[in-house]
Amino acid sequence: MRVLGLETSCDETGVAVYDSERGLLAHVLYTQIALHAEYGGVVPELASRDHVRKLLPLINEVMEKSDTGPADIDAIAYTSGPGLVGALMVGASFGRSLAYAWKVPAIGVHHMEGHLLAPMLEANPPEFPFVALLVSGGHTQLVKVNSLGDYELLGESIDDAAGEAFDKAAKMLDLDYPGGPQVARLAERGVDGRFKFPRPMVDRPGLDFSFSGLKTATLTAVNANKQANGLPDDQTCADIANAFQAAVVDTLVIKCKRALEQTGMKTLVIAGGVSANKKLRADLDSELAKIGAKVFYARHEFCTDNGAMIAYAGCQRLLAGQHETLAINIKARWPLDSLSSL
Amino acid sequence: MSLILALDTSTDACSVALNADGVITSLFEVAAKSHTQRLLPMVDELLKAKGCELTDLDAIAFGRGPGSFTGLRICAGIVQGLAFGASLPVIPVSTLEAMALGFYRANPDIHLPLAVALDARMNEVYWGLCARSGELVEPLVAEQVISPDVVVASTEVARLHGDFIGIGPGWHYPAMQTLATVNKVLNVHPHAENMALIAAKLFAEGKVVSALEAQPVYLRDSVSWQKRQRIRDSNDFLV
Ligand SMILES: Nc1ncnc2c1ncn2[C@@H]1O[C@H](COP(=O)(O)OP(=O)(O)O)[C@@H](O)[C@H]1O
Ligand SMILES: [Mg+2]
Repeated sequence: MRVLGLETSCDETGVAVYDSERGLLAHVLYTQIALHAEYGGVVPELASRDHVRKLLPLINEVMEKSDTGPADIDAIAYTSGPGLVGALMVGASFGRSLAYAWKVPAIGVHHMEGHLLAPMLEANPPEFPFVALLVSGGHTQLVKVNSLGDYELLGESIDDAAGEAFDKAAKMLDLDYPGGPQVARLAERGVDGRFKFPRPMVDRPGLDFSFSGLKTATLTAVNANKQANGLPDDQTCADIANAFQAAVVDTLVIKCKRALEQTGMKTLVIAGGVSANKKLRADLDSELAKIGAKVFYARHEFCTDNGAMIAYAGCQRLLAGQHETLAINIKARWPLDSLSSL
Repeated sequence: MSLILALDTSTDACSVALNADGVITSLFEVAAKSHTQRLLPMVDELLKAKGCELTDLDAIAFGRGPGSFTGLRICAGIVQGLAFGASLPVIPVSTLEAMALGFYRANPDIHLPLAVALDARMNEVYWGLCARSGELVEPLVAEQVISPDVVVASTEVARLHGDFIGIGPGWHYPAMQTLATVNKVLNVHPHAENMALIAAKLFAEGKVVSALEAQPVYLRDSVSWQKRQRIRDSNDFLV
């Protein structure tokens, strides 16, 4: 079965072709980061306008790259939520009607399920069941994944998401949007231990997170060291970024270990934009090895939004017999654990 | 000779029409907030009723705007998908011209020019002037998004000496009332039927574009865009 996958839930237009026999055949991505940079965040109307312009050229490109003709496509999958309503509508309207024209099934995919399954695209995929840490701009959640579509929430952030915390720290350090990768890069040059930030909620039982206190600690450190230009010197900025990243990563690692212990599972999957973070990957690798558990993650480009994860998740749901009616349904809000198990 | 399917979701109305050599059939619903749910089923219903397949069509027309941004994008997205999928050319049609044609068809004795206004919110209207042209309409000015005050002061309007009829919901603005106290009809909406009629002429003239060029005409291209920082939040898991 060969599936064309479309992702337009936010500020990336992603298109991919996945084949259940041959794996991922091609994927292309257009990021609108430059478009939104001057606003310091995603502007929904501009994002939607850009998706309508970019989707078709990207489809032509991915079809050519994968040597796929319309007759080779067995289904079209598109992100139908959660995300920005207007942006979701573009991909869903286009994808649903293209499936109609090609007379193939259409499959609406949950964006976070896409993220969750992205590590399945790698050579050494994890096996069900496992614990998943979803860490992105909008999510910090620990999920018990029993099987495809069967998800139980174990814990989540009670305030900011981890990616959001990274983005806010970036702003305090005057780094460009989106700040997560920039904070991580700056942190590499930082001196370990010069600053020590709190690890919120780690000494309390449970699997919830809180990152808003860390925000305050970061801001206090920035203000206490600022020079005439309103910022600490370059090395101090790096040291603060280092301390910030260490605190987030430590917190995530502690909770992941705890979730594995509680569920008795030995497999952890990390997904979403923050799962691209090098220190998070390295620390999980070494810490989980100590308890005989293993961590799985997607290649860097499949940690943030992309079409490949949508094509993959869509293909799994197609194989399980799911498809959409002619009505196009978009869900800006959509609980992951309300999905049907397959 | 042509077979053209037209789609429109530029306002709260949702409509599809088929123009088979001048014979029009259509479906029309007021479906505010449910365009995505209704448009494709309506296309399917109309095609099936006429015993046609997408591939029998010569072209697909759509209401390219101005109108509701989201509505325009739903329509453009669906049209792109259908046209790309069935390898058909696309014919973008002005919603304001389609409204004017609809009014003329409903009022065969009226020959005055029409001043068409859709509410663009933020105290502005999408604005156009149209006249009869044979069986169809022709625009007298370039479409714009402007405030009612600018409409009132415009030389194009002054030149008509009050000999026009104002049509469309944009005429609700009090400033516009001073222009046309009697000759105005607010309850005029875009309808795919009129797009299908206009499109047949454009098709005959070769005025078609590719699926990729099936893009909305927003008219409003710069406002202080509102940014939104949090896209998906944890509530997506547990509501
Ligand atoms: N290397 C990294 N280190 C930390 N955070 C990162 C890294 N790369 C990306 N991010 C963060 O990931 C988030 C984007 O991930 P994504 O899955 O696209 O989120 P969403 O879909 O919720 O917007 C941003 O908050 C960004 O700062
Ligand atoms: Mg994402």
